[in-house]
Amino acid sequence: MPSPPLGAVLVDDEPLARSLVRQLLAAHPDIRILAECANGFEAIRAVAETNPDILFLDVQMPQLDGLEVLELIDRDAAGRPAVIFVTAYDQYALKAFDANAVDYLLKPFDRARFDRALERARTRLAAGGGPVALPLAPRGMPLARVVVKDGVTVTVLPVEKIDYVKAEDDYVLLFSGGRNHIKKQTLASLEDALPRERFVRIHRSYLLNLDRLARVEGSVAGGSMAVLIDGTSLPVSRAGAQRLRALLGSP
Amino acid sequence: MHPFFTQSGRLGVYLLGWIPLTAILGGLLMLAGGLSLLEAAALAAPLGLLYAFLCLSSWYLCRAFPVDSARLLATASALAVASIVAASLWLLSGTTLAWVLALLPAFETLPDRLQHAGPVVFLLGVLLYLLVLAMHYVLEAAEAARDQERRAAELRTLAREAELQALRERLNPHFLFNSLNSIAALVAVRPEEARSMCALLSDFLRTTLGMSERSSITLREELALAHRYLAIEQVRFGDRLTMAEDLDDSAFDVAVPPLLLQPLVENAVKHGIGARLEGGTLSLVTKRRGDRISIVVENPADAGSEKPAGAGMGLSNVRRRVAACWGDAGHVGAGLSNGRFRVEIELPARP
Repeated sequence: MPSPPLGAVLVDDEPLARSLVRQLLAAHPDIRILAECANGFEAIRAVAETNPDILFLDVQMPQLDGLEVLELIDRDAAGRPAVIFVTAYDQYALKAFDANAVDYLLKPFDRARFDRALERARTRLAAGGGPVALPLAPRGMPLARVVVKDGVTVTVLPVEKIDYVKAEDDYVLLFSGGRNHIKKQTLASLEDALPRERFVRIHRSYLLNLDRLARVEGSVAGGSMAVLIDGTSLPVSRAGAQRLRALLGSP
Repeated sequence: MHPFFTQSGRLGVYLLGWIPLTAILGGLLMLAGGLSLLEAAALAAPLGLLYAFLCLSSWYLCRAFPVDSARLLATASALAVASIVAASLWLLSGTTLAWVLALLPAFETLPDRLQHAGPVVFLLGVLLYLLVLAMHYVLEAAEAARDQERRAAELRTLAREAELQALRERLNPHFLFNSLNSIAALVAVRPEEARSMCALLSDFLRTTLGMSERSSITLREELALAHRYLAIEQVRFGDRLTMAEDLDDSAFDVAVPPLLLQPLVENAVKHGIGARLEGGTLSLVTKRRGDRISIVVENPADAGSEKPAGAGMGLSNVRRRVAACWGDAGHVGAGLSNGRFRVEIELPARP
């Protein structure tokens, strides 16, 4: 039984690396290349526009790496697109599988290895409801930047540029220099990933960048408020006040 | 500060050496001035101790007048004047001391008799001063030799470190695996280019391995290595990496430690151009100005971008090697301006 045609997007910042995947795909007439991308930003746009079945994704790329791309693309319940990482580094393999990638190709690879990866992708796609993509497990080191996506526009926010974060149901709102960005993530998981010495949970719904704190004021209602350098006031819960005191070292 | 005061052990040995010298002074006083043993001892002991410290001042003289044949006459006259002044001071102190001791009835005739011994004491003073001065010159020379040995050893360590780092770079996935992947991509479609990439890569690896046996190479060889490396990276990066070069061939024969530039060129590609979506131009400029040469490696950099980890490693190695090789005569400057990261090495032009 002939399998239905599949669409693929190739992402690598090296043109020859894309060329190699293209050459190897030529032996698979049922797979059509929908787009080739030289960086993560192009990849996110291409995935949104072409809705591919398979994504060949390099890890080391300028400004937005493959793991961040994976975090930002939407995958449907069947785990589509199936992601095959293609990289010279082996140290990302664990994270890649945490992110439910289908396979992890180490450069350079031969045709047999490539075909095996493709076979796994086909199997996953044919199975329909493969395991749904899990959110990326926290990396070993605290995040240095947070990536957010609005439509196909990707913003890379260095953590020191984030003023504070507010929880909104299953989303977080990241405030930075008077603008805000929405991201589908829980405040607790973001708090885990951000550097602990910089970000403190001052309230059930608020995570504050300590560098932005101007002062803490008692309010009429009895609770306290954190006033930021730009004048914004945020509520501080009793537990939040304790955490603040512990971090700032004041009595 | 005199080194003897910072190393107390050496001061002790030095003062011990003065015991026989003081004994000689006492003996001379007895012979030339007819002093009794008691008088000689009462005079010689404090005078010996005093002069031991006074003579240490010759260290500053030794610092101020390093052995240099061009200024031999000036040095000799300065040393002669200094020894005469020191000996005069010594004799003056001796006389003063004799007058003070003369207050005691037992030493009444001391000043008179010291006067007889005056010329001998003065002569001894000059000789002792010159002796201590000579000792300082010998110690300084030994110190300088040790210093040079230490620097040579440090240079060897740094060269080995750079070589190890270069080797690790050769064998790391970023470079080698990606290069092999490029060859795999070229083999079927552009076999001629695949062949030349193989040759480039082998050439590059062979050259870096061969360099480890040598302590210095010419700038020409170092630049040729950088060219091979960049040719390989250009195959990988395609349009994203462009080169601009302005090389002054009168600087080519200058001797440099092997792999001095390599970390800078690799940083410029890996952390500079490789970190930018649109890539950029790496520029390499060598110039000769009189008896100095300047080598500049420059790459575009995003002003706001955080410094990538590891970028400083190569630069600090280059700095240390330049300092170890050329001391104050070499200079490494690095900085970000107008959106470009620029490293400049300035060296004396010695073949």
